[in-house]
Amino acid sequence: MQHPELIPHLFRTEYRKIVAVLCKRFGFDEMETAEDITSDTFMLAVQVWGLKGVPPNPIAWLYTVAKNKAKNFLHRQAVFINKVTPATAGENNATLPEYEIDLSPQNINDSQLQMMFALCHPAISPEAQIGLSLRILCGFGIEEIADAFLTNKETINKRLFRAKEKLREEKILIELPGISEIDERLKSVLATIYLLFSEGYYSISHNTTLRKELCMEAMRLCYMLVENKHTNKPPVNALLSLMCFQSSRFEARVNEQGEPVLYDEQDTSLWDADLISRGSYFLHCSATGNQLSKYHLEAAIAYWSTQKNDTREKWENVLQLYNRLLQIEYSPIAALNRTFALSKANGKPDAIVEAEKLNLTGNHFYYTLLGVLYTGIDNVKARLHFEKALSLAKTDGDRVIIRKKVDLLTGKTV
Amino acid sequence: MDEYMLILRHQDGKKIASPEQMQIWMKQTMDWIGGIAAQGKFVEGNGLPFEDSKVVWHQGVVTDGPFGEIKETIGGYMVVKAGSVEEAVEFAKGCPVLQGDGNSVEVRKVAKGDGTH
Repeated sequence: MQHPELIPHLFRTEYRKIVAVLCKRFGFDEMETAEDITSDTFMLAVQVWGLKGVPPNPIAWLYTVAKNKAKNFLHRQAVFINKVTPATAGENNATLPEYEIDLSPQNINDSQLQMMFALCHPAISPEAQIGLSLRILCGFGIEEIADAFLTNKETINKRLFRAKEKLREEKILIELPGISEIDERLKSVLATIYLLFSEGYYSISHNTTLRKELCMEAMRLCYMLVENKHTNKPPVNALLSLMCFQSSRFEARVNEQGEPVLYDEQDTSLWDADLISRGSYFLHCSATGNQLSKYHLEAAIAYWSTQKNDTREKWENVLQLYNRLLQIEYSPIAALNRTFALSKANGKPDAIVEAEKLNLTGNHFYYTLLGVLYTGIDNVKARLHFEKALSLAKTDGDRVIIRKKVDLLTGKTV
Repeated sequence: MDEYMLILRHQDGKKIASPEQMQIWMKQTMDWIGGIAAQGKFVEGNGLPFEDSKVVWHQGVVTDGPFGEIKETIGGYMVVKAGSVEEAVEFAKGCPVLQGDGNSVEVRKVAKGDGTH
Protein backbone atom coordinates (compact mmCIF):
# COMPACT_ATOMS: atom_id res chain seq x y z
CA MET A 1 0.00 0.00 0.00
CA GLN A 2 1.17 3.56 -0.71
CA HIS A 3 0.50 4.94 2.76
CA PRO A 4 1.54 2.47 5.42
CA GLU A 5 0.68 4.97 8.19
CA LEU A 6 -2.73 5.91 6.79
CA ILE A 7 -4.78 3.12 8.34
CA PRO A 8 -3.35 3.46 11.86
CA HIS A 9 -3.99 7.19 11.57
CA LEU A 10 -7.58 6.72 10.44
CA PHE A 11 -8.08 4.06 13.06
CA ARG A 12 -7.01 6.55 15.69
CA THR A 13 -9.31 9.34 14.47
CA GLU A 14 -12.32 7.46 13.01
CA TYR A 15 -12.75 4.30 15.08
CA ARG A 16 -14.02 6.25 18.09
CA LYS A 17 -16.45 8.29 15.99
CA ILE A 18 -18.02 5.28 14.28
CA VAL A 19 -18.16 3.20 17.44
CA ALA A 20 -19.81 6.01 19.43
CA VAL A 21 -22.50 6.56 16.79
CA LEU A 22 -23.23 2.84 16.42
CA CYS A 23 -23.22 2.23 20.14
CA LYS A 24 -25.61 5.13 20.69
CA ARG A 25 -27.82 3.75 17.91
CA PHE A 26 -27.80 0.13 19.15
CA GLY A 27 -27.69 0.73 22.91
CA PHE A 28 -25.38 -0.98 25.42
CA ASP A 29 -27.12 -4.34 24.80
CA GLU A 30 -25.39 -4.46 21.43
CA MET A 31 -22.20 -2.67 22.41
CA GLU A 32 -20.01 -5.57 21.30
CA THR A 33 -21.77 -5.62 17.92
CA ALA A 34 -20.98 -1.92 17.50
CA GLU A 35 -17.32 -2.61 18.27
CA ASP A 36 -17.23 -5.66 15.96
CA ILE A 37 -18.79 -3.79 13.04
CA THR A 38 -16.31 -0.96 13.45
CA SER A 39 -13.33 -3.32 13.68
CA ASP A 40 -14.59 -5.33 10.68
CA THR A 41 -14.82 -2.11 8.67
CA PHE A 42 -11.15 -1.41 9.27
CA MET A 43 -10.20 -5.04 8.54
CA LEU A 44 -12.00 -4.77 5.21
CA ALA A 45 -10.23 -1.48 4.48
CA VAL A 46 -6.85 -3.15 5.02
CA GLN A 47 -7.76 -5.93 2.58
CA VAL A 48 -9.51 -3.92 -0.12
CA TRP A 49 -7.20 -0.89 -0.07
CA GLY A 50 -4.22 -3.24 -0.13
CA LEU A 51 -5.49 -4.83 -3.33
CA LYS A 52 -7.16 -1.94 -5.12
CA GLY A 53 -5.38 1.06 -3.68
CA VAL A 54 -6.66 3.71 -1.31
CA PRO A 55 -10.00 5.24 -2.39
CA PRO A 56 -10.10 9.01 -3.12
CA ASN A 57 -12.00 9.71 0.08
CA PRO A 58 -10.96 7.06 2.61
CA ILE A 59 -13.11 8.42 5.46
CA ALA A 60 -16.27 8.43 3.32
CA TRP A 61 -15.42 4.87 2.30
CA LEU A 62 -15.15 3.79 5.94
CA TYR A 63 -18.43 5.49 6.84
CA THR A 64 -20.28 3.88 3.92
CA VAL A 65 -19.03 0.41 4.77
CA ALA A 66 -19.80 0.85 8.47
CA LYS A 67 -23.29 2.17 7.64
CA ASN A 68 -24.05 -0.79 5.38
CA LYS A 69 -22.83 -3.29 7.94
CA ALA A 70 -24.90 -1.56 10.63
CA LYS A 71 -28.00 -1.50 8.41
CA ASN A 72 -27.60 -5.20 7.66
CA PHE A 73 -27.37 -5.91 11.35
CA LEU A 74 -30.48 -3.86 12.17
CA HIS A 75 -32.32 -5.50 9.31
CA ARG A 76 -31.41 -9.01 10.46
CA GLN A 77 -32.36 -8.10 14.00
CA ALA A 78 -35.78 -6.79 12.82
CA VAL A 79 -36.43 -9.92 10.77
CA PHE A 80 -35.56 -12.03 13.76
CA ILE A 81 -37.87 -10.07 16.04
CA ASN A 82 -40.70 -10.26 13.51
CA LYS A 83 -40.40 -14.02 13.35
CA VAL A 84 -40.14 -14.50 17.07
CA THR A 85 -42.98 -12.12 17.86
CA PRO A 86 -45.32 -12.39 14.87
CA ALA A 87 -48.19 -10.85 16.85
CA THR A 88 -46.75 -7.38 16.46
CA ALA A 89 -45.56 -7.99 12.93
CA GLY A 90 -48.93 -7.24 11.35
CA GLU A 91 -49.30 -3.83 12.90
CA ASN A 92 -46.07 -1.88 12.78
CA ASN A 93 -43.65 -3.79 10.71
CA ALA A 94 -45.62 -4.83 7.64
CA THR A 95 -42.77 -3.38 5.65
CA LEU A 96 -39.35 -3.17 7.16
CA PRO A 97 -38.29 0.44 7.74
CA GLU A 98 -35.11 1.99 6.33
CA TYR A 99 -32.38 2.05 8.90
CA GLU A 100 -30.49 5.27 8.66
CA ILE A 101 -27.14 5.55 10.38
CA ASP A 102 -26.31 9.20 10.94
CA LEU A 103 -22.56 9.79 10.67
CA SER A 104 -22.85 13.56 10.35
CA PRO A 105 -20.32 15.64 12.35
CA GLN A 106 -23.14 16.84 14.60
CA ASN A 107 -24.33 13.37 15.46
CA ILE A 108 -20.78 12.08 15.89
CA ASN A 109 -20.13 14.84 18.39
CA ASP A 110 -23.43 14.35 20.23
CA SER A 111 -22.93 10.59 20.41
CA GLN A 112 -19.40 10.97 21.78
CA LEU A 113 -20.52 13.41 24.47
CA GLN A 114 -23.45 11.21 25.46
CA MET A 115 -21.15 8.20 25.60
CA MET A 116 -18.77 10.15 27.81
CA PHE A 117 -21.49 10.71 30.40
CA ALA A 118 -22.73 7.13 30.14
CA LEU A 119 -19.26 5.55 30.51
CA CYS A 120 -18.35 7.84 33.40
CA HIS A 121 -21.51 6.98 35.30
CA PRO A 122 -20.85 6.85 39.06
CA ALA A 123 -22.08 3.23 39.09
CA ILE A 124 -18.95 2.17 37.18
CA SER A 125 -15.65 1.86 39.05
CA PRO A 126 -13.10 4.59 38.23
CA GLU A 127 -10.57 2.23 36.69
CA ALA A 128 -13.24 0.64 34.51
CA GLN A 129 -14.40 4.13 33.49
CA ILE A 130 -10.89 4.92 32.30
CA GLY A 131 -10.54 1.61 30.49
CA LEU A 132 -13.88 2.00 28.73
CA SER A 133 -13.16 5.63 27.89
CA LEU A 134 -9.80 4.72 26.35
CA ARG A 135 -11.43 1.98 24.30
CA ILE A 136 -14.65 3.65 23.18
CA LEU A 137 -13.93 7.39 23.34
CA CYS A 138 -10.25 7.33 22.39
CA GLY A 139 -10.10 4.24 20.16
CA PHE A 140 -7.18 2.67 22.02
CA GLY A 141 -6.42 -0.99 21.39
CA ILE A 142 -6.57 -3.48 24.27
CA GLU A 143 -2.78 -3.83 24.12
CA GLU A 144 -2.24 -0.08 24.44
CA ILE A 145 -4.60 0.09 27.41
CA ALA A 146 -2.73 -2.81 29.02
CA ASP A 147 0.55 -0.96 28.39
CA ALA A 148 -0.77 2.21 29.94
CA PHE A 149 -1.83 0.35 33.09
CA LEU A 150 1.33 -1.82 33.09
CA THR A 151 -0.75 -4.97 33.00
CA ASN A 152 -1.67 -7.65 30.46
CA LYS A 153 -4.41 -7.92 27.83
CA GLU A 154 -6.36 -10.59 29.74
CA THR A 155 -6.73 -8.32 32.77
CA ILE A 156 -7.95 -5.44 30.62
CA ASN A 157 -10.33 -7.67 28.68
CA LYS A 158 -11.85 -8.97 31.90
CA ARG A 159 -12.10 -5.47 33.34
CA LEU A 160 -13.87 -4.13 30.24
CA PHE A 161 -16.15 -7.16 30.07
CA ARG A 162 -17.30 -6.64 33.65
CA ALA A 163 -17.73 -2.92 33.09
CA LYS A 164 -19.95 -3.53 30.07
CA GLU A 165 -22.06 -5.98 32.05
CA LYS A 166 -22.45 -3.31 34.71
CA LEU A 167 -23.59 -0.75 32.11
CA ARG A 168 -26.35 -3.17 31.09
CA GLU A 169 -27.30 -4.22 34.61
CA GLU A 170 -27.64 -0.62 35.72
CA LYS A 171 -29.60 0.15 32.54
CA ILE A 172 -27.49 3.23 31.97
CA LEU A 173 -28.85 5.39 29.17
CA ILE A 174 -26.67 6.93 26.49
CA GLU A 175 -27.80 10.52 26.81
CA LEU A 176 -26.79 13.85 28.28
CA PRO A 177 -28.06 14.30 31.83
CA GLY A 178 -30.77 16.89 32.41
CA ILE A 179 -29.82 20.49 33.20
CA SER A 180 -30.43 20.02 36.94
CA GLU A 181 -28.26 16.92 37.08
CA ILE A 182 -25.41 18.07 34.89
CA ASP A 183 -23.14 19.59 37.55
CA GLU A 184 -23.27 16.46 39.66
CA ARG A 185 -22.64 14.10 36.74
CA LEU A 186 -19.89 16.34 35.38
CA LYS A 187 -17.94 15.72 38.60
CA SER A 188 -17.50 12.10 37.71
CA VAL A 189 -16.70 12.85 34.05
CA LEU A 190 -14.06 15.39 35.08
CA ALA A 191 -12.61 12.99 37.64
CA THR A 192 -12.15 10.39 34.89
CA ILE A 193 -10.57 12.89 32.49
CA TYR A 194 -8.23 14.02 35.26
CA LEU A 195 -7.25 10.43 36.08
CA LEU A 196 -6.64 9.76 32.40
CA PHE A 197 -4.38 12.79 32.23
CA SER A 198 -2.52 11.87 35.42
CA GLU A 199 -2.04 8.35 34.13
CA GLY A 200 -0.17 9.86 31.20
CA TYR A 201 1.60 12.64 33.07
CA TYR A 202 2.79 10.79 36.16
CA SER A 203 2.72 7.12 35.18
CA ILE A 204 5.90 5.10 35.57
CA SER A 205 5.53 3.57 32.10
CA HIS A 206 8.60 4.27 29.96
CA ASN A 207 6.55 4.58 26.79
CA THR A 208 6.73 8.37 26.43
CA THR A 209 4.76 8.48 23.18
CA LEU A 210 1.90 6.56 24.73
CA ARG A 211 1.97 8.70 27.87
CA LYS A 212 1.80 11.86 25.82
CA GLU A 213 -1.12 10.47 23.86
CA LEU A 214 -3.01 9.78 27.09
CA CYS A 215 -2.54 13.43 28.06
CA MET A 216 -3.64 14.65 24.64
CA GLU A 217 -6.73 12.44 24.71
CA ALA A 218 -7.70 13.72 28.15
CA MET A 219 -7.41 17.27 26.85
CA ARG A 220 -9.39 16.45 23.73
CA LEU A 221 -12.26 14.98 25.77
CA CYS A 222 -12.26 18.02 28.05
CA TYR A 223 -12.24 20.31 25.03
CA MET A 224 -15.38 18.56 23.73
CA LEU A 225 -17.09 19.49 27.00
CA VAL A 226 -15.96 23.11 26.65
CA GLU A 227 -17.35 23.26 23.12
CA ASN A 228 -20.83 22.16 24.15
CA LYS A 229 -22.95 24.91 25.69
CA HIS A 230 -24.58 22.60 28.25
CA THR A 231 -21.28 21.31 29.58
CA ASN A 232 -19.13 24.43 29.21
CA LYS A 233 -18.97 25.04 32.97
CA PRO A 234 -16.32 26.80 35.08
CA PRO A 235 -14.75 23.60 36.52
CA VAL A 236 -14.46 22.15 32.99
CA ASN A 237 -12.49 25.22 31.86
CA ALA A 238 -10.41 25.05 35.02
CA LEU A 239 -9.49 21.41 34.38
CA LEU A 240 -8.59 22.15 30.78
CA SER A 241 -6.46 25.07 31.93
CA LEU A 242 -4.70 22.84 34.46
CA MET A 243 -3.92 20.24 31.80
CA CYS A 244 -2.61 22.88 29.35
CA PHE A 245 -0.26 24.32 31.98
CA GLN A 246 0.99 20.91 33.09
CA SER A 247 1.55 19.50 29.62
CA SER A 248 3.47 22.62 28.56
CA ARG A 249 6.46 21.10 30.39
CA PHE A 250 6.14 17.66 28.83
CA GLU A 251 9.26 17.96 26.64
CA ALA A 252 11.37 19.55 29.35
CA ARG A 253 10.67 16.94 32.02
CA VAL A 254 12.78 14.17 30.53
CA ASN A 255 16.31 14.41 29.10
CA GLU A 256 17.67 12.60 26.05
CA GLN A 257 18.65 9.61 28.20
CA GLY A 258 15.04 9.30 29.34
CA GLU A 259 15.88 10.47 32.87
CA PRO A 260 13.58 12.87 34.70
CA VAL A 261 14.77 16.48 34.86
CA LEU A 262 14.05 18.42 38.06
CA TYR A 263 11.85 21.48 37.70
CA ASP A 264 14.66 23.83 38.74
CA GLU A 265 16.95 22.39 36.10
CA GLN A 266 14.46 22.36 33.22
CA ASP A 267 15.33 24.20 30.04
CA THR A 268 12.51 26.75 29.88
CA SER A 269 12.98 27.14 26.13
CA LEU A 270 11.46 23.65 25.89
CA TRP A 271 8.31 24.80 27.67
CA ASP A 272 5.43 25.07 25.21
CA ALA A 273 4.48 28.75 25.17
CA ASP A 274 1.39 28.04 23.10
CA LEU A 275 0.00 25.62 25.68
CA ILE A 276 0.80 28.09 28.46
CA SER A 277 -1.18 30.84 26.75
CA ARG A 278 -4.07 28.46 26.13
CA GLY A 279 -3.93 27.52 29.79
CA SER A 280 -4.21 31.19 30.72
CA TYR A 281 -7.14 31.61 28.36
CA PHE A 282 -9.12 28.71 29.87
CA LEU A 283 -8.20 29.81 33.40
CA HIS A 284 -9.71 33.17 32.52
CA CYS A 285 -12.84 31.43 31.15
CA SER A 286 -13.14 29.40 34.37
CA ALA A 287 -13.37 32.54 36.49
CA THR A 288 -17.15 32.91 36.27
CA GLY A 289 -19.91 31.90 38.65
CA ASN A 290 -19.38 31.35 42.35
CA GLN A 291 -18.08 27.81 42.30
CA LEU A 292 -14.48 27.27 43.39
CA SER A 293 -13.55 23.73 42.45
CA LYS A 294 -10.33 21.92 43.23
CA TYR A 295 -9.54 22.24 39.53
CA HIS A 296 -9.59 26.05 39.85
CA LEU A 297 -7.06 25.88 42.66
CA GLU A 298 -4.88 23.32 40.92
CA ALA A 299 -4.97 25.32 37.68
CA ALA A 300 -3.92 28.45 39.55
CA ILE A 301 -1.05 26.52 41.17
CA ALA A 302 -0.09 25.16 37.75
CA TYR A 303 -0.13 28.73 36.43
CA TRP A 304 2.48 29.72 39.03
CA SER A 305 4.58 26.74 37.99
CA THR A 306 4.85 28.30 34.54
CA GLN A 307 6.55 31.29 36.21
CA LYS A 308 10.09 30.10 36.74
CA ASN A 309 11.26 33.05 38.86
CA ASP A 310 11.46 32.34 42.57
CA THR A 311 9.59 35.40 43.82
CA ARG A 312 8.07 35.82 47.23
CA GLU A 313 4.76 36.69 45.55
CA LYS A 314 4.79 33.40 43.67
CA TRP A 315 5.34 31.24 46.74
CA GLU A 316 2.92 33.15 48.96
CA ASN A 317 0.24 32.65 46.30
CA VAL A 318 1.09 28.98 45.86
CA LEU A 319 1.01 28.45 49.62
CA GLN A 320 -2.43 30.03 49.99
CA LEU A 321 -3.76 28.03 47.03
CA TYR A 322 -2.54 24.80 48.64
CA ASN A 323 -4.03 25.89 51.98
CA ARG A 324 -7.41 26.13 50.28
CA LEU A 325 -6.99 23.04 48.13
CA LEU A 326 -6.27 20.91 51.19
CA GLN A 327 -9.46 22.17 52.83
CA ILE A 328 -11.46 20.98 49.80
CA GLU A 329 -9.61 17.71 49.36
CA TYR A 330 -6.71 16.27 51.33
CA SER A 331 -4.05 14.29 49.51
CA PRO A 332 -0.53 13.39 50.69
CA ILE A 333 1.07 14.93 47.61
CA ALA A 334 -0.79 18.23 48.11
CA ALA A 335 0.27 18.20 51.79
CA LEU A 336 3.92 17.73 50.78
CA ASN A 337 3.77 20.41 48.10
CA ARG A 338 2.08 22.78 50.51
CA THR A 339 4.91 22.29 52.99
CA PHE A 340 7.50 22.96 50.28
CA ALA A 341 5.67 26.20 49.37
CA LEU A 342 5.61 27.07 53.08
CA SER A 343 9.39 26.75 53.24
CA LYS A 344 9.71 29.15 50.31
CA ALA A 345 7.19 31.64 51.72
CA ASN A 346 7.82 31.44 55.48
CA GLY A 347 11.29 29.91 55.68
CA LYS A 348 12.69 26.44 56.30
CA PRO A 349 12.47 26.39 60.14
CA ASP A 350 8.67 26.88 60.02
CA ALA A 351 8.34 24.30 57.28
CA ILE A 352 10.37 21.68 59.19
CA VAL A 353 8.02 21.95 62.17
CA GLU A 354 5.01 21.54 59.89
CA ALA A 355 6.62 18.75 57.85
CA GLU A 356 7.29 16.67 60.93
CA LYS A 357 3.60 16.77 61.79
CA LEU A 358 2.64 15.24 58.42
CA ASN A 359 3.82 11.82 59.49
CA LEU A 360 3.75 10.34 55.99
CA THR A 361 6.25 7.61 56.85
CA GLY A 362 6.34 5.04 54.08
CA ASN A 363 6.24 7.76 51.41
CA HIS A 364 9.62 8.43 49.82
CA PHE A 365 8.52 11.93 48.74
CA TYR A 366 8.04 12.73 52.43
CA TYR A 367 11.68 11.89 53.24
CA THR A 368 12.87 13.66 50.11
CA LEU A 369 11.05 16.79 51.29
CA LEU A 370 12.55 16.50 54.80
CA GLY A 371 15.97 16.07 53.20
CA VAL A 372 15.48 19.20 51.12
CA LEU A 373 14.25 21.19 54.14
CA TYR A 374 17.18 20.13 56.33
CA THR A 375 19.70 20.84 53.57
CA GLY A 376 21.78 23.81 54.73
CA ILE A 377 20.25 23.66 58.21
CA ASP A 378 21.40 20.26 59.39
CA ASN A 379 23.12 18.36 56.60
CA VAL A 380 23.60 15.22 58.66
CA LYS A 381 19.85 14.94 59.17
CA ALA A 382 19.29 15.86 55.54
CA ARG A 383 21.48 12.95 54.43
CA LEU A 384 19.67 10.51 56.73
CA HIS A 385 16.34 11.56 55.27
CA PHE A 386 17.59 11.21 51.69
CA GLU A 387 18.91 7.72 52.50
CA LYS A 388 15.54 6.75 53.92
CA ALA A 389 13.92 8.15 50.76
CA LEU A 390 16.25 6.09 48.57
CA SER A 391 15.35 2.92 50.43
CA LEU A 392 11.64 3.60 49.88
CA ALA A 393 11.78 4.84 46.25
CA LYS A 394 10.05 2.53 43.81
CA THR A 395 11.34 3.64 40.41
CA ASP A 396 14.74 4.36 38.88
CA GLY A 397 13.52 7.82 37.94
CA ASP A 398 12.78 8.67 41.58
CA ARG A 399 16.14 7.28 42.69
CA VAL A 400 17.93 9.45 40.11
CA ILE A 401 16.16 12.54 41.48
CA ILE A 402 17.06 11.73 45.08
CA ARG A 403 20.72 11.01 44.24
CA LYS A 404 20.94 14.38 42.51
CA LYS A 405 19.80 16.04 45.72
CA VAL A 406 22.36 14.09 47.74
CA ASP A 407 25.06 15.26 45.31
CA LEU A 408 23.91 18.81 45.85
CA LEU A 409 24.24 18.24 49.58
CA THR A 410 27.81 16.93 49.42
CA GLY A 411 28.69 19.81 47.11
CA LYS A 412 27.56 22.18 49.84
CA THR A 413 29.21 20.50 52.82
CA VAL A 414 32.65 20.32 51.20
CA MET B 1 -11.06 9.58 65.55
CA ASP B 2 -13.49 12.13 66.99
CA GLU B 3 -14.49 15.54 65.79
CA TYR B 4 -13.87 18.62 67.90
CA MET B 5 -15.11 22.14 67.41
CA LEU B 6 -12.70 24.96 68.07
CA ILE B 7 -14.65 28.10 68.94
CA LEU B 8 -12.64 31.28 68.47
CA ARG B 9 -13.52 33.99 71.01
CA HIS B 10 -12.42 37.61 70.90
CA GLN B 11 -12.33 39.78 73.98
CA ASP B 12 -13.61 42.81 72.14
CA GLY B 13 -15.07 42.49 68.68
CA LYS B 14 -15.38 46.24 68.20
CA LYS B 15 -11.66 46.92 68.14
CA ILE B 16 -10.58 48.06 64.71
CA ALA B 17 -7.25 46.76 63.47
CA SER B 18 -5.17 48.39 60.73
CA PRO B 19 -5.44 46.89 57.23
CA GLU B 20 -1.78 45.80 57.47
CA GLN B 21 -2.46 44.02 60.76
CA MET B 22 -5.58 42.42 59.27
CA GLN B 23 -3.48 41.20 56.35
CA ILE B 24 -0.99 39.55 58.70
CA TRP B 25 -3.72 37.88 60.76
CA MET B 26 -5.39 36.68 57.61
CA LYS B 27 -2.22 35.00 56.39
CA GLN B 28 -1.50 33.51 59.80
CA THR B 29 -5.03 32.14 59.97
CA MET B 30 -4.83 30.68 56.46
CA ASP B 31 -1.46 29.07 57.26
CA TRP B 32 -2.80 27.71 60.54
CA ILE B 33 -5.83 26.14 58.83
CA GLY B 34 -3.65 24.91 55.95
CA GLY B 35 -1.35 23.19 58.43
CA ILE B 36 -4.24 21.29 59.95
CA ALA B 37 -5.65 20.46 56.52
CA ALA B 38 -2.19 19.20 55.45
CA GLN B 39 -2.49 16.57 58.20
CA GLY B 40 -5.85 15.53 56.80
CA LYS B 41 -7.53 16.71 60.02
CA PHE B 42 -9.62 19.64 58.77
CA VAL B 43 -13.37 19.05 58.56
CA GLU B 44 -14.91 22.48 58.12
CA GLY B 45 -14.71 25.99 59.39
CA ASN B 46 -15.75 29.55 58.79
CA GLY B 47 -15.62 33.06 60.06
CA LEU B 48 -18.66 34.72 61.60
CA PRO B 49 -18.82 38.34 60.43
CA PHE B 50 -20.28 40.92 62.77
CA GLU B 51 -22.53 42.50 60.13
CA ASP B 52 -26.16 41.42 60.13
CA SER B 53 -25.90 39.80 63.52
CA LYS B 54 -28.79 39.75 65.97
CA VAL B 55 -29.52 38.16 69.28
CA VAL B 56 -32.95 36.71 69.92
CA TRP B 57 -33.95 36.68 73.60
CA HIS B 58 -36.66 35.18 75.71
CA GLN B 59 -40.15 36.17 74.60
CA GLY B 60 -39.03 37.20 71.15
CA VAL B 61 -36.96 40.21 72.08
CA VAL B 62 -34.41 40.92 69.33
CA THR B 63 -31.31 43.06 69.82
CA ASP B 64 -28.50 44.08 67.51
CA GLY B 65 -25.32 42.06 67.39
CA PRO B 66 -23.82 39.79 69.95
CA PHE B 67 -22.14 42.80 71.59
CA GLY B 68 -23.64 45.24 74.04
CA GLU B 69 -23.05 44.02 77.54
CA ILE B 70 -21.39 40.85 76.32
CA LYS B 71 -17.64 41.26 76.44
CA GLU B 72 -16.68 38.24 74.37
CA THR B 73 -17.72 37.59 70.79
CA ILE B 74 -17.31 34.51 68.64
CA GLY B 75 -15.26 35.32 65.55
CA GLY B 76 -15.30 31.94 63.90
CA TYR B 77 -15.20 28.20 64.36
CA MET B 78 -13.45 25.19 62.96
CA VAL B 79 -14.18 21.50 63.18
CA VAL B 80 -11.15 19.20 63.26
CA LYS B 81 -10.55 15.48 63.47
CA ALA B 82 -8.46 14.42 66.43
CA GLY B 83 -7.62 11.22 68.28
CA SER B 84 -8.02 12.89 71.66
CA VAL B 85 -8.98 16.20 73.21
CA GLU B 86 -5.24 16.75 73.82
CA GLU B 87 -4.55 16.57 70.09
CA ALA B 88 -7.38 19.02 69.42
CA VAL B 89 -5.89 21.34 72.06
CA GLU B 90 -2.55 21.20 70.20
CA PHE B 91 -4.34 22.37 67.06
CA ALA B 92 -6.04 25.15 69.01
CA LYS B 93 -2.73 26.37 70.43
CA GLY B 94 -1.62 27.41 66.94
CA CYS B 95 -4.61 29.70 66.45
CA PRO B 96 -3.49 33.30 65.72
CA VAL B 97 -6.48 34.64 67.70
CA LEU B 98 -4.58 33.65 70.84
CA GLN B 99 -2.04 36.43 70.19
CA GLY B 100 -4.66 38.82 71.56
CA ASP B 101 -4.74 39.17 75.33
CA GLY B 102 -8.00 37.83 76.73
CA ASN B 103 -8.89 35.93 73.58
CA SER B 104 -9.55 32.21 73.78
CA VAL B 105 -10.27 29.10 71.80
CA GLU B 106 -12.82 26.78 73.32
CA VAL B 107 -12.39 23.10 72.41
CA ARG B 108 -15.60 21.06 72.39
CA LYS B 109 -16.21 17.52 71.28
CA VAL B 110 -18.90 17.19 68.60
CA ALA B 111 -21.60 14.65 69.46
CA LYS B 112 -21.58 11.83 66.94
CA GLY B 113 -25.33 11.79 66.52
CA ASP B 114 -25.40 8.02 67.05
CA GLY B 115 -26.95 8.27 70.49
CA THR B 116 -23.69 7.54 72.30
CA HIS B 117 -22.28 11.07 72.48
